[in-house]
Amino acid sequence: MSTPLADPASAQFATNPPRELPKRRGTELVLLAFATFIVTVALVLVEANQEQELTSSIIWLGLSYLAVLTAAHLAVRRWAPYADPVILPCVALLNGLGLVMIHRIDLALAERAIQQGREYTPDVTKQVLFTAISLVLFVVVLVVISDHRTLTRYGYTCGLVGIVALALPAVLPSSLSEVNGAKVWIKLPFFSIQPGEFAKILLMIFFASFLVTKRDLFMVAGKRIVGVELPRARDLGPILIAAAACLGVLVFEKDLGTSLLFFGVTLVMLYVATERVIWVVLGVGFFAAGAIIAYNLFTHVQQRVRNWIDPLATYDDPGGGYQVAQGLFGLGTGGVGGTGLGAGRPDMVPEAKTDFITTAIGEELGLIGLTAMLMLYLILAMRGMRSALAVRDTFGKLLGGGLSFALVMQIFVVVGGVTNLIPNTGITAPFLSRGGSSLLANYILVALLLRISDAARKPAVRPKPQQPQAPLAEAHTVMVQRPPATGEGSPS
Amino acid sequence: MNTPLRKVGVAMLVMVVLLMANATYIQVVKADDYRTDSRNVRVLYDEYSRQRGLIVTPDGAALAKVDPSNDKYKFIRTYADGPMYAPVTGYYSINYGSGGLERSEDDVLNGSDPRLFVRRLSDMVTGRDPRGGNVRLTINPAVQKAAYDLMTRKGYTGAVVAMEPKTGRILAMVSTPSFDPNKLASHTTKEQVAAWSQWRDDPKKPMLNRAISETYPPGSTAKLLVTAAALEDGKTADMPVNTAPNVKLPGTQTTLENYGGAACKGSTLKEALRYSCNVPFAEIAGELGKDKLNATAKNFGVGEDLTVPMRVAGSSLGPLESKAALYQSAIGQRDVRLTPLQDCLLSATIANNGMAMKPQLVQSLLAPNLSTIEDYTPIELTGDAAMSSANAAILRDMMLASEENTKGAGKRGDIQIASKTGTAEHGNDPKNTPPHAWYTGFAPAMDPKIAVSVIVESGGNRGLEATGGTVAAEIGRAAVNAMLGGG
Repeated sequence: MSTPLADPASAQFATNPPRELPKRRGTELVLLAFATFIVTVALVLVEANQEQELTSSIIWLGLSYLAVLTAAHLAVRRWAPYADPVILPCVALLNGLGLVMIHRIDLALAERAIQQGREYTPDVTKQVLFTAISLVLFVVVLVVISDHRTLTRYGYTCGLVGIVALALPAVLPSSLSEVNGAKVWIKLPFFSIQPGEFAKILLMIFFASFLVTKRDLFMVAGKRIVGVELPRARDLGPILIAAAACLGVLVFEKDLGTSLLFFGVTLVMLYVATERVIWVVLGVGFFAAGAIIAYNLFTHVQQRVRNWIDPLATYDDPGGGYQVAQGLFGLGTGGVGGTGLGAGRPDMVPEAKTDFITTAIGEELGLIGLTAMLMLYLILAMRGMRSALAVRDTFGKLLGGGLSFALVMQIFVVVGGVTNLIPNTGITAPFLSRGGSSLLANYILVALLLRISDAARKPAVRPKPQQPQAPLAEAHTVMVQRPPATGEGSPS
Repeated sequence: MNTPLRKVGVAMLVMVVLLMANATYIQVVKADDYRTDSRNVRVLYDEYSRQRGLIVTPDGAALAKVDPSNDKYKFIRTYADGPMYAPVTGYYSINYGSGGLERSEDDVLNGSDPRLFVRRLSDMVTGRDPRGGNVRLTINPAVQKAAYDLMTRKGYTGAVVAMEPKTGRILAMVSTPSFDPNKLASHTTKEQVAAWSQWRDDPKKPMLNRAISETYPPGSTAKLLVTAAALEDGKTADMPVNTAPNVKLPGTQTTLENYGGAACKGSTLKEALRYSCNVPFAEIAGELGKDKLNATAKNFGVGEDLTVPMRVAGSSLGPLESKAALYQSAIGQRDVRLTPLQDCLLSATIANNGMAMKPQLVQSLLAPNLSTIEDYTPIELTGDAAMSSANAAILRDMMLASEENTKGAGKRGDIQIASKTGTAEHGNDPKNTPPHAWYTGFAPAMDPKIAVSVIVESGGNRGLEATGGTVAAEIGRAAVNAMLGGG
């Protein structure tokens, strides 16, 4: 090495000509095929155990799932060729298992409806439709946001839109916004959405871009109070206002789960940006204080806590532990190995298709299946985190870290809630649960993660590396190396 | 910025590990508590997938058995002669639970009875699915069939109960109209729902087990009880009685009259029972008083909590608060309410020399391999005789005379029946409501093998003209003949 290199990243190309990093789209295809295989087997098992025959629903469910997956894979090939190859298969498997489980509970509920002489419309049809719409949105995000850094320009806009979206249900009359006691909906004549799901992502974009620009101010311009460096209030202002608005709105909307999710994600992003543990300590302190205040102010919070301490004791109370207890019964009945897909009774748990879909998996696939599902989420989030580590810009790191953590935080709140690790608050399990808003929002989240991972693994666009110039006297003939083909993706 | 990101990564790992640890705690450590919690209905569904035991007649014919089914429940319950035996077997339905014996012997039939524990263990070791134990009944199929066929052929609504006087074993328990439990056991939800709602809405209540779950005014069959109490009080069969056509109820302006308003054709207690005169019994009951009547009734089983093992509705003489009430109760009206089973116990007790035996429907409980777990032995109902055997013999002779005077079909010269009929007014307008027709008796009179009681609700096919003799006697005799004379 005779000449120091300007860019350490290109050190590996110092002696050999630069070569293209593997895109690993083939790996993705193989993993997707594997996910499809598992989902197909699961579907066949459900049909075999529930209907004793294979019905046409296998065909259309299977085919639409396959079509959606193929489209997703092709889109990634075209618009994010360097993206992490594991993320999409994880999502596909979770989404597929969710569809199978929803279909399975549909079958049970349809049978019950016949007993009671009612009509029953299966939810899985809608969910497949939502999956397709989500995939369209997924592709749109990949295409429109060709570089995640462009998002920084819209940081404040995202923040504002996010807050408005979050606050809208609280302002709307209950008839337009309330379902099962939670005012988190906007109900339109043809469809309903939960704007909070989308606000989640918008606010993360806002936080990331805000923190990136103010990062240095936070770290140096503050005062020292009792040995702790605090940033100036005017630097912290927007973030405090945003956080307070979120929490206020969520308290009014009685959506504790989403509140917890926002809180956790905000805290983590603040910590990542500033690298100060004090934020976490302060945040947890605030949270504890807030929790105590909320407990004293709101009866529904007190009820949730009572249900958490012993769901079996409050089993018969209105708003009591019935639901959690049913979930626990299901998990207990499932045991280690589960009852087998389609052979359990997950439909006995209220909201089995949404919040409690993870107990349905725990019942029919047992501890083994539930653990595998948790591992899938962990792998998914860890791959996202890896992309955040590898990406070169701080905004990407912050956003990637936030999005990845949001995935784990969601699963922690929902699975922790239904398994009584923490008070049950009722949010959806990403990709698994029935619900269009959740599916759409989480697919957008994954599209952003893929975009960041694409940026992380894409060969850096740099000035053509200076070939080390040997003294002319020692020069010998070299083959002229063509610049590497940049693939379908155009370098930005 | 990578250091904090890595730490967040570790935090994510910790969070998921926490979830897994908690799931392990629930699905391994606490699993049994949750699985066996009584509020966990899944246990119940498991049961429907088990090989349920049989319900068999004494000679081993299966009235309820399971057939393999190729669906998620593995087995389907089937009933032989479903409607005929429905009051005995009950039903076993996935949507509607169980009734009758299926419910009261559920522990044995589903195999959870502690006495089957050792066998369950060996099933577990050998890897065989646990099976339920079997229940052997005391039912005599010939008697059951004779009574059921005749009741349904005539289109009667009512019940027939027959038992062995010496042991209390129930030989027949018929209730019509009946239902087919096969339809409730169907694995086709639609069929279950259709059958259930049809029977539930049917005004004739086919799912009601009239033999043990419904009480009726017993009419003149109650006179057996009054006579027993009178004999125990020292009165004799030859004591003179009031032959007046009617008597004023003490303390009221109402009169109580004999059937048809006629004078009593006989002048002794024996003849009063033979002709079923009302006035003499009213007066005797008034003279005996509430306590003596109740004491005798108690030892006939009235007011006793009976399980056969299904719960039997409570029979009662009513409060007997005044002399007028005693008068009316003596002829089985006013507040007196007996189940057909209890009515049969009246005859059975007289036949058994005055000692009431506890009615029972289950002969023995068997393990899946047909070895006996428990044999039921006859036991005395209260331990005290309702009447002395001498008085029982006197009452038997009076009932023989009554049978002689009773019309109706089915009489056979070779079988001597001792019986009593009853015609019970009921409803809000008793004079214009077809009465319930009763018949109770036992045979052979000198060595009783069977006691029987029949009620045909609201006159059967005879309307207002119906009497116990014309409507119910024929069915009672058919049951007796099926037992003793082969049809």
